Amino acid sequence: MTGQRRALPDPETLAGSVTAKDRAAVATALNLLDDTRPEARRVASQMLATLPEEKLDTEAHLIGITGPPGVGKSSLTAALINVWRRQGKRIGILAVDPSSPLSGGALLGDRLRMMAGEGIADNSVFVRSLANRGAFGGLSAEVWPMSLVMLAAFDIVLIETVGVGQREVDVSKLSDTTVFVAQPASGDSIQFLKAGIMEVPHVLVVNKADIGAAARRMLAELRTTLGHRIDPDGWEIPAVSASATKNIGIEELAETIDAHRQWLLSKGRLADRRRRFQAEWIIRRLLDEFGRFGVAQLGGEDGLFRQLTQRAGSPFDQFDELRDGFLAHLKTSPGT
Amino acid sequence: MDMSVAVKRDKPWLMRTYSGHSSARASNELYRTNLSRGQTGLSVAFDLPTQTGYDSDHPLARGEVGKVGVPISHIGDMELLFDQIPLAKMNTSMTINATAAWLLALYIAVAERQGAKHEELTGTTQNDIIKEYLSRGTYIFPPAESVRLTTDIICYTVNHIPKWNPINICSYHLQEAGATPVQEIAYALSNAMMILDSIKESGQIEEKGFDKVVGRMSFFVNAGIRFIEEMCKMRAFTHLWDRLCVERYGVHDHNLRRFRYGVQVNSLGLTEQQPENNVQRIVLEMLAVTLSKHARARALQLPAWNEALGLPRPWDQQWALRMQQVLAYETDLLEYNDIFEGSPVIAEKVERLVEGADEEVEAVNEHGGMIAAVQNGYVKRELVASHTRRIRAIESGDLKIVGVNCFEQTAPSPLTTGTDSGIMKVDPAAERAQVESLQAFRASRNNDEVGAALDGLAEAARTGQNIMPASIRCAHAGVTTGEWAGRLREVFGEYRAPTGIDITTHDTTPSELVEAIRGRTRRTGEELGRPLRLLLGKPGLDGHSNGAEQIAVKARDCGFEIVYDGIRLTPEQIAKAAQEEGVHMVGLSVLSGSHIELVEDIFDKMRGVGLSDIPIVLGGIIPEEDGRQLKERGIAAVYTPKDIDLNRIMLDMVDIIRTSNGLQPYGALQ
Ligand code: B12
Ligand SMILES: Nc1nc2c(ncn2[C@@H]2O[C@H](COP(=O)(O)OP(=O)(O)OP(=O)(O)O)[C@@H](O)[C@H]2O)c(=O)[nH]1
Ligand SMILES: [Mg+2]
Repeated sequence: MTGQRRALPDPETLAGSVTAKDRAAVATALNLLDDTRPEARRVASQMLATLPEEKLDTEAHLIGITGPPGVGKSSLTAALINVWRRQGKRIGILAVDPSSPLSGGALLGDRLRMMAGEGIADNSVFVRSLANRGAFGGLSAEVWPMSLVMLAAFDIVLIETVGVGQREVDVSKLSDTTVFVAQPASGDSIQFLKAGIMEVPHVLVVNKADIGAAARRMLAELRTTLGHRIDPDGWEIPAVSASATKNIGIEELAETIDAHRQWLLSKGRLADRRRRFQAEWIIRRLLDEFGRFGVAQLGGEDGLFRQLTQRAGSPFDQFDELRDGFLAHLKTSPGT
Repeated sequence: MDMSVAVKRDKPWLMRTYSGHSSARASNELYRTNLSRGQTGLSVAFDLPTQTGYDSDHPLARGEVGKVGVPISHIGDMELLFDQIPLAKMNTSMTINATAAWLLALYIAVAERQGAKHEELTGTTQNDIIKEYLSRGTYIFPPAESVRLTTDIICYTVNHIPKWNPINICSYHLQEAGATPVQEIAYALSNAMMILDSIKESGQIEEKGFDKVVGRMSFFVNAGIRFIEEMCKMRAFTHLWDRLCVERYGVHDHNLRRFRYGVQVNSLGLTEQQPENNVQRIVLEMLAVTLSKHARARALQLPAWNEALGLPRPWDQQWALRMQQVLAYETDLLEYNDIFEGSPVIAEKVERLVEGADEEVEAVNEHGGMIAAVQNGYVKRELVASHTRRIRAIESGDLKIVGVNCFEQTAPSPLTTGTDSGIMKVDPAAERAQVESLQAFRASRNNDEVGAALDGLAEAARTGQNIMPASIRCAHAGVTTGEWAGRLREVFGEYRAPTGIDITTHDTTPSELVEAIRGRTRRTGEELGRPLRLLLGKPGLDGHSNGAEQIAVKARDCGFEIVYDGIRLTPEQIAKAAQEEGVHMVGLSVLSGSHIELVEDIFDKMRGVGLSDIPIVLGGIIPEEDGRQLKERGIAAVYTPKDIDLNRIMLDMVDIIRTSNGLQPYGALQ
């Protein structure tokens, strides 16, 4: 079987089909965003620029779910999916798994666990697994642009990442609402919170409530540690408990998550937050590529952040512009 | 030698042949033939729909009905299966697990109709769910609910069918998934402890009757080609079980703590190349579990020489049975007491196995006990890692397999040249006939009685009453296998077990070859714009996961991003995953014999999602002729057990992706 070199899609048609919630188009768009060839990057950039801005600013709900390995993130996602499906919502999932530093290979295998129950029977759920390809501090660099495509096509976009300690910083900087799942009978999350290592999430949930006393103790401790902790935006962080496998507390969890979105909307913060994500994402990539020196040359992290949050635009365009600026600067500055 | 003095010989073990196919009627004929040829018990193989709780006309059963065992959808089938076989006198072993309570209920109901008394029934239900999650794959419900069914069967039989062996703790399947002798012992014992503890907790057995429960526990063990070590393994097992019975459960009666075990010898090591060599392997493996009188198997079944080719024909099975008969009746084996007693070499080896097993039992405890260690993937990962080591050793030549990685030259074998290619072919008409007879049966029953019996079943499931009485009532009422399991699926929910492939098994010192493959994978990814992604799919009811797991681990090591979600996927799920995950290639693994139907269906579903240009490769038990046919249909490559060289498969896969994307293939490595 000899094939053809596959042509790149037309960016505008593709953006249109994504917005029309066409599954095949979403898949093609995600492949395109994964594609690092320069010509693909150009098409991707055009495609992103064509997505309707209002959708990307305030529509749909971008949720990050994180927590230590095996805590039940995927199982909770599955349980939440069932609630959302009953509400008639369409859900897109980005599942980020670690990849091997040695071979670059990765094993991605959480789809079915997440679609447990009826999730697979209809077309309401779309799962893309992503290898965190070593770079970008634990979160794949493709996550932000891919989230944009998913926001245009689904009502709920959920990113699952493994995180312990400092790593979940990343997902909290890329989601409207960050949910941290804590493991009963492990003091780690409390330690992280106390030590200020862990970025404070918007919702804390103790999973595996079905195992009883340990989960209750954990919830009580978390609540004490948190007190009435307010996040930088002024949101008071709730701690709840749930059992993914016994389907306990899932509706409440869904409500709590939604309450945060409503709160952001009511404060007019949603669009603002999403622009910040993009700025963070661009700075992160600049840091990866040119290091602190490069970012300093471009005006420093704070300066860049201010500059980037003031304008809208495709993340690739914004990144490329800064990148080209820096490279030009290198050429002209003597002695380098 | 003086032959005039009659020597006292021990009674031989129970000789069985694991069989069943096509239909209850055809299997009944086979059983009666086998019994007339000197077989001393029955060992029933059920087809995959029956094992996973689906009726023969369920969409998931398509292509699987009567293939690898007999389809039993209701009491009519079960009556036919044992037609003219008096159950009061028969010893029947049933390889049945997730639906064990149901098949036992049908067996009891048939026995009642034959006029047999409960106390007369002898036989075995495998009834071991743990190894289903770890290796065999025919599980349905989550672990806690499944173990509850297991304990219900044990408690019911101990109280009502005292001669029945309600459970066979299986380490056999663990070795078939790559387990070492130490792992086999440790996981079997951890499993047995978990079951016994659950029975204690269930409160269904009186405190002072608990000894009897321990006495009914039996085991199903493997015997591999390293037959001295395997013999020692059996002695270690015997020793550890005895210690456990005394120390943990306070059983003092010697008879109740005997390590009772049956054996099927190793099949994983049986080869497609020079298949006649399998006969030697089987015979040597049989010695491991018969030579030592104190650790001798009570029942033995042997695979056939054509194991890696496909299903055995009656003659192949007869040959396997004759191996046992020659050993038992012609040799002097049964005239001696234990011939290893007092050997320091053997004692030393046993001691080391005991130590290793003790450590691994402790590791399971540290992971929360057997159920938790299954759920959190610990045990499965250990097994996958062991199997990966085995495959690497074969690859490097450290583990020698005659005809595979040494002494490969061979004269053509006359064994495989017959018109049937030397394997059993199941008539595809059998499925149609079974479906028709099932539908006729459904039309003839009293639906009110069926409904009431099913409600009673759901009630028992919810309230925690023993599941057996309600199931026996269902059997008499004409409930079907799919209805019984369906109702319990509603109450208990379904489960997917961890795949175990998330291991860190990177070659710390990768060969140049592996480095070269990684380079090709990476460069091809760069040319195509993103890393190569491969979806591994196991369609149908097939539970053979070894091949898919090892391909997954290897492909990751070679730089692929792998999407693998475990066994039992529908063609629709596979096509959807291919689309959502944006993969460059789909790899299918099918060992159940249903490849033709499944591949056809997958082509169809891939077309449905607009992915007919994604290349598909297939591996598994694929007879040559089928392989040719499937390639004509568009399968890019077909791999079978003889394709042991995983590096070559990886090189192929990269090239297939290149070709299908209009890139020049690299060709063989220089
Ligand atoms: C091990 C084994 C088992 C183990 C499986 C453990 C596990 N977790 O995988 C256990 C003991 C559990 C088992 C059970 C059964 N088994 Co079995 N089993 C085998 C056995 C001995 C070896 C298979 C194996 O694992 N080989 C090692 C792996 C690495 O090799 P492989 O899968 O062939 O893969 C290689 C290639 O084929 C290829 N490949 C495979 N898949 C893929 C995929 C891709 C993408 C690529 C590129 C390549 C590729 O690459 C691999 C590397 O060389 C075979 C006979 C044999 N010797 O082949 C019978 C066999 C497959 N089993 C058989 C049967 C009938 C059963 C049962 C259904 C019996 C029953 N009635 O209950 C049960 C039920 C299982 C179920 N749920 O489906 C039959 C199938 C008959 C048929 N197809 O016509 C066989 C052929 C034995 C026989 N002759 O009867 N089995
Ligand atoms: N008892 C109990 N077990 C649970 C619960 N939720 C998940 N589990 C189990 O915990 C294990 C891990 O669940 P996953 O959902 O895969 O956890 P995860 O956080 O997504 O894991 P990774 O993605 O590997 O980090 C599985 O064996 C689940 O069955 C729960 O609410 N109660
Ligand atoms: Mg997960």
